[in-house]
Amino acid sequence: MLDHLITPFAEFDFMQRALVGVVAIAVGGGPVGVFLMLRRMSLTGDAMAHAILPGAAVGYLVAGLSLPAMTLGGLVAGVIVAVLAGLVARLTELKEDASLAAFYLLSLALGVTIVSLRGSNVDLLHVLFGTVLALDDPALLLLAAIASVTLVALALLYRPLVLECVDPTFLRSVSRAGTPTHLIFLGLVVLNLVGGFHALGTLLAVGMMMLPAAAARFWSADITLMILVATLIGIASGAAGLLLSYHYELPAGPAIILTAGAIYLFSLAVGTKGGLVWLARPRRHLEA
Amino acid sequence: MGAPRLQTAIRFEDVTLGYGRRPAVHHLDGTIASGSLTAVVGPNGAGKSTLLKGIVGTLSPLQGSIAFSTGSSTRMAYLPQAADLDRSFPLSVYDLVAMGLWSRSGLFGGIGRRDRVRIEEALAAVGLTGFERRPIGTLSGGQMQRALFARLLLQDASVILLDEPFTAIDQKTTADLLDLVRRWHDEARTVVAVLHDIDVVKRVFPQTLLIARSPVAWGGTEEVLSAANLLKARRMVEAHDPHAQACRGAA
Repeated sequence: MLDHLITPFAEFDFMQRALVGVVAIAVGGGPVGVFLMLRRMSLTGDAMAHAILPGAAVGYLVAGLSLPAMTLGGLVAGVIVAVLAGLVARLTELKEDASLAAFYLLSLALGVTIVSLRGSNVDLLHVLFGTVLALDDPALLLLAAIASVTLVALALLYRPLVLECVDPTFLRSVSRAGTPTHLIFLGLVVLNLVGGFHALGTLLAVGMMMLPAAAARFWSADITLMILVATLIGIASGAAGLLLSYHYELPAGPAIILTAGAIYLFSLAVGTKGGLVWLARPRRHLEA
Repeated sequence: MGAPRLQTAIRFEDVTLGYGRRPAVHHLDGTIASGSLTAVVGPNGAGKSTLLKGIVGTLSPLQGSIAFSTGSSTRMAYLPQAADLDRSFPLSVYDLVAMGLWSRSGLFGGIGRRDRVRIEEALAAVGLTGFERRPIGTLSGGQMQRALFARLLLQDASVILLDEPFTAIDQKTTADLLDLVRRWHDEARTVVAVLHDIDVVKRVFPQTLLIARSPVAWGGTEEVLSAANLLKARRMVEAHDPHAQACRGAA
């Protein structure tokens, strides 16, 4: 049994690299996902992933399967959409969800148009679904760097970020940090999605962000603990998904997300903080 | 109106505040004295909350200016009407109250042992000792208001703005929180509160601004809250006029 769990990682270089990659994604994506969830922006991640896709595709068309070109393209597209949507939401009557939807749809349509003009390519599937089993050194370094930047930035922004979620009016009355904090946070979301798409593809990268966060909500009512649980769930899903893919010859990216999804469903069912079991069989009320 | 006896804390010069181009506060001129305790009274839609938003700076005047005697660095604490607080956020009462230290800790500063003592004192002052670890989602309306007053205490501001702080709050809690307002007044802080309860205003607030978009009366509470003035205020909040022309009038 233990053999099945360890041998694949011990013997195969590509499995070790994949494991390092998913751990880096979980460490960066976990906390970002928790904040997205607490800010009721869970679907923002999804929208941003769509917004990034055209940028990455353009990078691919210009320079082929090049890590820097696709990363840069994705980053530029994502940041433009995030900043424009954030500014429109803050300066006009339009709410964030509507303005984000408008800009990401524009970005997506623009990207698809560009791709179809230049003729599509099978390799583009690579962008959609990732290549977690073929991560080279530069890709791993990129993932590790993104995770590090994310943790440092979140540590610095923690206070205004929490305040922005809980009581934005108060934050506005004591500080001007609100808008920059929000924009930097959106930048972190884009950064993590861009990192994630090298391993899992743009569409599944969101999964490593939101599923662990949503699952963690059922285990803790404390934000620090929630972030920790989300990160651990991300790491566990990554490792388990890779093993499943190895032993049963499943595609690695989807196997990882399916594992995270299974953990989410399990948490939803029996999680100690509001899991369905406790709703169905409420315990007797306390004395005080 | 409202001749300042003391040093001025806030000066309004022909201030018009509003949304879009529609004025909610129309041509307000006057001053709020430093260390004064002023109630802002008026019917619904009179621009009371808008006035506070203008003072705190979240809404820029459409016309005119609001100036502070100590410059733009005046430390202000603002309690909005029904604070738009996300109660489902996993945050403890302690952390909510600790936010009040923002002006000294800022974005990155630490909260030291002395600050922790101050947080405990603020919690004790509002009667929430023992609630430190409770998530904010479990507080009742009155307890939440107490917690927000504790946060105001910690903000240590020279100007304190309260927007309907006692709406939907029971008598005991109101009395306790009014004690804090008196304490701020004794400490020579400038307090401006939007209130609906005329009895409370008459009992606690020496100064009153009666407003109905345009100021109706401003000065000592007894004179301002005369029956004639109150009737006038009630008549002054006009209906929305879709064909309103650009305003050319001065105050």
